[in-house]
Amino acid sequence: MSTHSASTMKLTLRIWRQKDRKSPGALQTYKLDAVSPDMSFLEMLDVLNDQLTRAGDDPISFDHDCREGICGSCAMMINGRAHGPRKATTVCQLHMRSFKDGDEVTIEPWRAEPFPVIKDLSVSRSSFDRIIAAGGFVSINTGSTVDANATLIGKRDADEAMDYASCIGCGACVAACPNAAAMLFTGAKVAHLVKLPQGEVERTGRVLNMVAQMDKEGFGSCTNHGECSEACPKEIPFDAIVLLNREYMRASVLGKQ
Amino acid sequence: MELNARIPDGPIAEKWDRHRFEMKLVNPANKRKFKVIVVGTGLAGGSAAATLAELGYQVDCFCFQDSPRRAHSIAAQGGINAAKNYQNDGDSIYRLFYDTVKGGDFRAREANVYRLAQVSVNIIDQCVAQGVPFAREYGGTLSNRSFGGAQVSRTFYARGQTGQQLLLGAYQALERQIGLGAVKMFPRTEMLDLVVINGHARGIVIRDLLTGEVRAHAADAVVLATGGYGNVFYLSTNAKGSNVTATYRAYKKGAGFANPCFTQIHPTCIPVSGSYQSKLTLMSESLRNDGRVWVPVTAGDARRPQDIPEAERDYYLERRYPSFGNLVPRDVASRAAKQVCDAGRGVGPSKMSVFLDFADAIKRLGQKVVADRYGNLFDMYERIAGENPYETPMRIYPAVHYTMGGLWVDYNLMSTIPGLHVIGEANFSDHGANRLGASALMQGLADGYFILPYTIGDYLATAKQPAVTTDHPEFKKSIADVEAQTRRLLGINGKHTVDDFHRELGLVLWDHCGMGRTEAGLKKALGIIPEIRERFWREVRVPGTGAEFNQNIEKACRVADYLEFGELMCLDALTRDESCGGHFREEHQQPDGEAKRDDEHYAHSAVWEYTGQGQAPKLNKEPLAFEHVHLATRVYT
Repeated sequence: MSTHSASTMKLTLRIWRQKDRKSPGALQTYKLDAVSPDMSFLEMLDVLNDQLTRAGDDPISFDHDCREGICGSCAMMINGRAHGPRKATTVCQLHMRSFKDGDEVTIEPWRAEPFPVIKDLSVSRSSFDRIIAAGGFVSINTGSTVDANATLIGKRDADEAMDYASCIGCGACVAACPNAAAMLFTGAKVAHLVKLPQGEVERTGRVLNMVAQMDKEGFGSCTNHGECSEACPKEIPFDAIVLLNREYMRASVLGKQ
Repeated sequence: MELNARIPDGPIAEKWDRHRFEMKLVNPANKRKFKVIVVGTGLAGGSAAATLAELGYQVDCFCFQDSPRRAHSIAAQGGINAAKNYQNDGDSIYRLFYDTVKGGDFRAREANVYRLAQVSVNIIDQCVAQGVPFAREYGGTLSNRSFGGAQVSRTFYARGQTGQQLLLGAYQALERQIGLGAVKMFPRTEMLDLVVINGHARGIVIRDLLTGEVRAHAADAVVLATGGYGNVFYLSTNAKGSNVTATYRAYKKGAGFANPCFTQIHPTCIPVSGSYQSKLTLMSESLRNDGRVWVPVTAGDARRPQDIPEAERDYYLERRYPSFGNLVPRDVASRAAKQVCDAGRGVGPSKMSVFLDFADAIKRLGQKVVADRYGNLFDMYERIAGENPYETPMRIYPAVHYTMGGLWVDYNLMSTIPGLHVIGEANFSDHGANRLGASALMQGLADGYFILPYTIGDYLATAKQPAVTTDHPEFKKSIADVEAQTRRLLGINGKHTVDDFHRELGLVLWDHCGMGRTEAGLKKALGIIPEIRERFWREVRVPGTGAEFNQNIEKACRVADYLEFGELMCLDALTRDESCGGHFREEHQQPDGEAKRDDEHYAHSAVWEYTGQGQAPKLNKEPLAFEHVHLATRVYT
């Protein structure tokens, strides 16, 4: 029933297995035959899990949900790269045509202290939620609004805000960063709201609170490697970090006054 | 089961105002004494939890995802309708109301739909105030696009990621309340039972997915915002985790389930590529604004699409429906695609797809404009299908996308169990037998921001129930039941995986309760499903234990419910011996192949009542009166 190629691939998979947060983990090797190039990467893992289940083994845990690149659940290092080899593509949208017969593929969870491993490839990213809870919002109660067209916003500003707002909170930026910094994630939210008049009122407090939470969670600091932006499946520009730094400086000065 | 819809008196345009005045209020100082449980954090649940907390209620909020931001509303692409009439093209609240009732093929409750159209305008104001980056014109005003089933431009959008941006707005409002301590958030928890005490919903039993612990939570009211059940078909555009468990288990505790057979098959999805297929991906309906749908005139034409001359192409939607063309409602477009494929004129390797062609749009507008409008969708198509849609037409086929059926609710969005409120896709809602594009986001946010927060106050102010804690025997019993089910599933240790059974069920439903339904087919399905279910409970293998993070047991519990729910769907489809909207009984069609309603016998919502394990459910009916939008055959020609 395959649409494109009839030829299938044989792969050697090295997958991180870890029972729970406290147990030590290790890479384990699995062989998989008959991988169709039209399968998604997660469908390939489904097939492996199906085999493991039938053989009475424990299938591999991994987070996934929408499988269309928008919910941000899926998260794994593939051959050392967050979300794998294809640019601007989450694992769930990566297809096996990006690999070739005989390839060895190493699959690991995000590695960062603020993202503790739950099991195998599943990690907790609640630290991201807490950064948003610290200030990543506009404090407006339901109902207390003006007409939507009462506030004019230039197309360019709206488009730029949208570029930053398209972050899916997957954590690839942290996983790709040698310092496990969350500055692209935090910067994207700060930048989204700073580009819009609605974000202006809380501009100063927002960035100070979000950065404070980011530090508290144990994320590292940016040293301008740029790996985050490179790994980002939504191509959030590195400018988010420049803007975060600028906003933080501004707020630090204003905050002291 | 009593079905009192509690529709307020008075002219339709005044009902909601009048009702808001008549409802009892909870004194601001007393709100903090009430606890409300909200299950689900999509557009409906997220917005409701945030708004209830803003009002001063204590809120406990649950989702099975690792973060409330990942609820499946996030995947909605195209847009959200609102009767703003910003384009000055003749839109109004009444027109949105009219289009929605007609689009739903006259199987929705007029008063609810009118209210939905009324509050639609507030939603856009709210979202803009939150910083949702909607698309804008150069002058700074909001931009609109057209969607199926409407002849005005009333759809607001944020590129192809409108659901994401609206959900992030609601999520950020929710996180603000979490930060303030007003909402207690429980991510990675799944509701597995509803607890009813003294006839009122008083809490839920959940599994903590991280540890496997089964735990009870008590409250003064429960809100289900747990989405639709499209995944009963195995393959659908829903997220893998989306499921029927919360609503189905509430049904088993006494909540009426309305119109379970009303499912929506979306016309523009990427076709199935192989047996390993785990889900289907939607291409936004907005693509039909500029894409033209066609198949070759001759069956078996194997030429490349570019090589097929204009005269040998059948733009069948434009031919059959000249005034709406490619923008006919979803059910009409889906059936038309099935008909041409069944006639052997489908394209692609499986012959089960049709072309969606942008060549004319690219010629007319230039590639840059097309990329600006649909770039991310084109990229997504290329990633999945491995073909470049700027050069070769997309191939699309219908897929299960949305479920109009759900738990029955009255005008206050309360189910037949007092205290149990149901919002968003989880209720049987405002879409009748077919939902129009860009109306799901509208309904989710209408329910969550602007309707439930008022109506739940009326319940809390009048219910006067004694305080309960999780020490109550009903909670203990629910916990024991849930734990027993887990033990049973883990103990079978058979030879088939959970997915084996789920796929098998899905195929039966797709074949017999999908785009086309017949009496014989539905009876056949009703014979097969109990047999699959019986094998499931004998032969399934669920690896791991109950006391750990175990994705297998999560899946097994959901599929156990699908195996019962699928039967209810088929029973409903069999009982509704007419065609309407997405429910197409092949026995009942117009000469031109359109759905033929039977208003004399079926102008009602079918509400199913659970009567016990293994017993036939009881059918109750809520008659529908159409006082404003007069019953007529939908015409889109």
